[in-house]
Amino acid sequence: MTLAVDAVFYLFSIVCVVSALMVVVSRNPVHSVLWMITVFINGAGLFVLLNAEFLAMVLVIVYAGAVAILFTFVVMMLDLDFTGPALRSKQTLLVGLAVGAVLLGDLFVMLSEWSVSPKAEALRASPTPDLSTVSNTVALSRILYTDYIFLFQTAGLILLVAMVGAVLLTFRRQRHQRQDVSVQLARSKSETLKMNRVENGKGIS
Amino acid sequence: MSAVIVEYLPILVFAVIAFFVAGAMLASSYIIVPQSPNPEKKAPYECGFPPFDDARSRFQVRFYLVAILFIIFDLEIAFLFPWAVGLKGLGAAAFWSMMVFLAILTVGYVYEWKKGALEWE
Repeated sequence: MTLAVDAVFYLFSIVCVVSALMVVVSRNPVHSVLWMITVFINGAGLFVLLNAEFLAMVLVIVYAGAVAILFTFVVMMLDLDFTGPALRSKQTLLVGLAVGAVLLGDLFVMLSEWSVSPKAEALRASPTPDLSTVSNTVALSRILYTDYIFLFQTAGLILLVAMVGAVLLTFRRQRHQRQDVSVQLARSKSETLKMNRVENGKGIS
Repeated sequence: MSAVIVEYLPILVFAVIAFFVAGAMLASSYIIVPQSPNPEKKAPYECGFPPFDDARSRFQVRFYLVAILFIIFDLEIAFLFPWAVGLKGLGAAAFWSMMVFLAILTVGYVYEWKKGALEWE
């Protein structure tokens, strides 16, 4: 049983790492996004192995569903010419290596300074419902909407701000002539049409 | 511990079968079909014409707006999901907290609607 679980764990991990590598390596940014979706789905598999069902679900719904779409649109908006020689030049290679070295250095600094908070063990030992009786999602719902109600409402407000911000930043009303059928149908004859009785030899001023 | 994982076994089996079926389809089309590539086979024939321009033009920013609004409502689902699953054991406060949450997001929704951001033209 545990052997099978281990095998599945290594399957997911290997596919995850290889796909993550492909995200970086592949030349076409759209392919990178597709590889990223593979990473997300395998990550969801790893979460399921850890009994974190809800996180797996959210990873599939939010990340593979929505964030990947956003990335696709961003990639398409950037108008990258990835067939040209610009991406292969030595200069970009140097800049890329420099950025990579800085990030790797950051990682090492962070890991060398890593210290576990003394509270951490106590927090881990805090009563969580037994997973054999209560599923992960139900256990989350028991605290999210009662104990952490304030944070929950704050999350709602943050989403509201994000919504308004997105509309304000990207929405431009376009000045097109639009057909409004109801206005057209509501026009009465008296508003637009005036009948004149014109005598011979005279015009209308 | 492993009881939950066992429930997911059918999904794993499904995924593995789907992977192999898709792979078999792709592989068989390579193996069985005789391959004699020719540039003329890829050219537009009788109807259609060679493209004037690269299809990879810049996308409008409005696609991005649609995507970001989709993410926000997707996150709303992520909050609704555990609420719907565990509502039976929760009190009235939890029910009304979700109603307030939905009301806050409805304010944003009405704002978008009135602003015309959901219309495509």
